[in-house]
Amino acid sequence: MTAHPAPTADAPPAAHAPEPPADPVPGRAPRRLPVWVWAVPPVALLAAVFLYPLALVAAESVAAPGGGLTLAHHADVLGSESFRSALGTTVFVAVTSTAGCLVLGFLLALVVAFVPFPGSGATARFIDTYLSFPSFLITLALLFVYGTVGMANGMWTDLTGAESGPFRFLATPWGVILAEITYFTPFVMRPLLAAFGQLDTAQLEVASSLGARPLRVVREVILPEARPALVAGGALVLVLCLNEFAIVLFTGAKDVVTLPMLVYQAAILRSDYTTACVVATVNAALSVSLYLVYRAATARLSSDGGRRARA
Amino acid sequence: MGIRFDHVSVAYGDTVVLDDLDLTVDPGGFTALLGPSGSGKTTALRAVAGFVRPASGRVLIGGRDVTDLPPYARGVGMVVQSYALFPHMRVDQNVAFGLRAQGVPRREVAGRVEEALGMTGMADYARRHPRELSGGQQQRVAISRALAIRPRVLLLDEPLSALDAQLRSDMLAELARLHRELPDVTVLYVTHDQSEALTLADRVAVLDRARLREHGTPRELYGRPRAAFTARFVGGANLLPARLTGGRVHCLGAVLDADPADLPPGASDGDDLRVCLRPHRVALGEAEHTLEGVVSDVQWRGSTHRVTALVGGHPVTAELRETPAPPEPGSTVTLGFTRRDAVLLTPEEAS
Repeated sequence: MTAHPAPTADAPPAAHAPEPPADPVPGRAPRRLPVWVWAVPPVALLAAVFLYPLALVAAESVAAPGGGLTLAHHADVLGSESFRSALGTTVFVAVTSTAGCLVLGFLLALVVAFVPFPGSGATARFIDTYLSFPSFLITLALLFVYGTVGMANGMWTDLTGAESGPFRFLATPWGVILAEITYFTPFVMRPLLAAFGQLDTAQLEVASSLGARPLRVVREVILPEARPALVAGGALVLVLCLNEFAIVLFTGAKDVVTLPMLVYQAAILRSDYTTACVVATVNAALSVSLYLVYRAATARLSSDGGRRARA
Repeated sequence: MGIRFDHVSVAYGDTVVLDDLDLTVDPGGFTALLGPSGSGKTTALRAVAGFVRPASGRVLIGGRDVTDLPPYARGVGMVVQSYALFPHMRVDQNVAFGLRAQGVPRREVAGRVEEALGMTGMADYARRHPRELSGGQQQRVAISRALAIRPRVLLLDEPLSALDAQLRSDMLAELARLHRELPDVTVLYVTHDQSEALTLADRVAVLDRARLREHGTPRELYGRPRAAFTARFVGGANLLPARLTGGRVHCLGAVLDADPADLPPGASDGDDLRVCLRPHRVALGEAEHTLEGVVSDVQWRGSTHRVTALVGGHPVTAELRETPAPPEPGSTVTLGFTRRDAVLLTPEEAS
């Protein structure tokens, strides 16, 4: 270092040399804010109203009683029977609902896109509207039909004179799954209809003139084209189902305890914030990792479209 | 296997898109359905493929009524303008698709795929995906895919329309060669391009506004059209107003002999007629018959000059080869033609 004192001494003038021409009017200097400055207000706002509370939740879940960090709460909660059961229920309900949405959504989208019937355009538009409905509305509607005092049970008791009807599945995991499939199927149909809209119908015609029956056309021509849309729609629905709270609450299924329900019970009913925070962080981690899968799938979807456009 | 349209009509709601088409394509024949858009030509092809159901009439393939058969049971090969290759399959998988769908034994598929790709010179591209191919190459693959199932009937729907001029001309030669090499395959070829129809087909059916206007060999349609629409659409003819008076045809000052055999059927004295003259049969200067006109437009087309003159307010176009000094616009010219080159037609019905 001491061997080269001169360059170090020369460096500042050399570094400053280009500056005067770049900044000829001193009065304008304050206006030249670095670009990142513009990002400060939104990031600060985000941090204050969103990231900070989120960090509090995360911190609470690892806070040791005497200060410092501990994973003891995590170990306690994750080891507890109620958490394991809730995780199992959550995954079972979410995966089954998603599978149901994919099958039903694919079939319905096929009909809407490829079977010409009067009102198929209106149906497609209705699906867009349906996406904006609150999820509890669907559950409420199902309660009217299949609830303990709903129409189906009412008809049964009227007809047979029995005390109560046989339709009790709404308060079971299957009731939650039915409600979630009913509500989330359009979330699968939307990207599918977009994918089908890009499919050249001449492909389907050529396939059938080559001797392929409808089932083979669906399996070998339509399904491969729809795969990215199915992955994207499925991942989205899986994330939404994992976090779904209103549907589970509205079915009144006391035995169906999912992770969001566990958070609600711990935090609101028992004021056990530590447990609530642990469950919440696990739930959030699950969601975020699934969201990353969803992003990867949609990125592939759009790059597929790009390749096709170039071809 | 021939194709027969037995009084086929197709309608969407109240719109008749194909009106009572009665047409036979002989086994091994190459028939072009030629017409402008909306003429019903694609509908006719789709009726053979099974994608539209006739409101009335029957479609027969090889003498068998296929009107009620679904598309997959008809055994026809089909090539469309957009190629419609399956994008997620490689070229060889695309070609194998029909073979697998038809239950060809697995051990035969590879050989048949190679044979079909060989026919269009695409064997080297078997492992590529469609997106890695040019438009012309994609269309070759689409043709291979249709031929792989060894169809007796090949349906081609505007197969060259998406290609640029040079490729189109190459593919035209390619299709002509395939037709020579596969003499048993009956081809129905839909196009709006008269040069494709004249080059490839041994029969041309001209359709306009849902109806068959004329059906014949390319030579007949070009040299001796019987409908004014055909004369205009196939090769672009001058259609000059004329009137039959006293057994002779008076046309813009020229008077032509009219042998009864030359007159359109049913023409009688006092009828309005049209004189059909091909532009390349009209010359400058004196001839058997002449028309006097004022030049309104001169276009240089490389090998020819296209001179349009107004004769009695009616434009007459002459295609002049190697004219050293084409007439100036505004100058008066004499346009000559011989009786042999003039065809007498009834006027087109108003659209």
